[in-house]
Amino acid sequence: MARIAPPRTLLIACGALAREVLALIRLNGWSHMDLACLPAHLHNKPQRIPEAVRAKIRAARRDYQRILVLYGDCGTGGVLDEVLADEGVERIPGPHCYAFYSGLDAFLAQAEADPACFYLTDYLARHFERLVIQGLGLDRHPELLPLYFGNYEKLVYLAQLPDPQLEQQAKAAALRLGLAYEHRPTGYGGLQDFLRRAS
Amino acid sequence: MAADDDLDLRSLDDDELVKQMHDDLYDGLKEEVEEGVHILLERGWQPYDVLTKALVGGMTIVGIDFRDGILFVPEVLLAANAMKGGMAILRPLLAETGAPTVGKMVIGTVKGDIHDIGKNLVSMMMEGAGFDVVDLGINCAVEKYLDALEQHKPDILGMSALLTTTMPYMKVVIDTMKEKGIRDDYIVLVGGAPLNEAFAQAVGADAYCRDAAVAVETAKTFVARRHNRGPAQVAACA
Repeated sequence: MARIAPPRTLLIACGALAREVLALIRLNGWSHMDLACLPAHLHNKPQRIPEAVRAKIRAARRDYQRILVLYGDCGTGGVLDEVLADEGVERIPGPHCYAFYSGLDAFLAQAEADPACFYLTDYLARHFERLVIQGLGLDRHPELLPLYFGNYEKLVYLAQLPDPQLEQQAKAAALRLGLAYEHRPTGYGGLQDFLRRAS
Repeated sequence: MAADDDLDLRSLDDDELVKQMHDDLYDGLKEEVEEGVHILLERGWQPYDVLTKALVGGMTIVGIDFRDGILFVPEVLLAANAMKGGMAILRPLLAETGAPTVGKMVIGTVKGDIHDIGKNLVSMMMEGAGFDVVDLGINCAVEKYLDALEQHKPDILGMSALLTTTMPYMKVVIDTMKEKGIRDDYIVLVGGAPLNEAFAQAVGADAYCRDAAVAVETAKTFVARRHNRGPAQVAACA
């Protein structure tokens, strides 16, 4: 009997996940999956994420049998979920990528026990200078550092892949922010699980 | 700019100095703002007038430009830091001179949330608007809020959260207030980046405040309504 081809699927993702999603597609041979990303800097104005995602969904409807969204709530306060319910599109569960990389329950329990952690993923470690230092204006106004980071105690690097160079960068980031450092390998975590189930 | 660096604030008349202080606040120049405060006080200005006309007036412009996307968070923080410098000079004088108090607010970020930039801006602007502010700090459990309500008897409870994962805790606090029968004794205002009107309504708050300036206006409106309600109720009963 001929095998039924999986539905042509579009993954709409935050740009911060692009490298990881493409790696998973390649590793698993999910040739029926395409990726479309929105800029990661939308996180600076999370209220813009829901409508940007909606626009991507609507633009892709004609060309795909199935659409999945790879965003957490990402600070939209539930508005992204309202948009996705309107559009009938599923997203990866979780409030943000830190949680779905770490595993939701484990992350939430850890965050409750120790709320003073600042998180980096591979993407954020790679772009720390541009997104964190420049993005928060700390390159121009280093005196703002205590206002932004004064309540944090530890930088936790949630590492998707073993990469000594990124680990060095994450360590340096912790030092620069005046925070303790923890390296926590997560792999692709819930991102991989979600895509595997959807494949 | 060299010209600004050389500007002698003492050479300006009062109106010019206040305008210059607005500019200095906008540019986050803390030392210049502090100097301006000292000069106005030396000229016999009442601390309350220095606060409202020079500092709050300047921060209001900053707030409008932030809302309109002209200024960004770093600039707002620098301006707030400059205002904080001025406030530190005025605070003891305001207490001495018995400046009018509009109302009292207890405020803190909810349990699990250590992000206090927004809460600090609100505290400062509320104080500038004449509110007595009791700042509980960060990561406040329900017991901490309730103890503060009992101890300080404020008009307003303010709760702030930056995280989607922590904002539901506001409902825990409000539900506990309901259980204890004290919910209606207070105006409850909530704020934070991921919140919106619908969320505030869903958790049973009185209002959502999208920024510090809105928080001040909302607080004033609710407090005025609350104060007006007292005599009216008495009259109705008589």
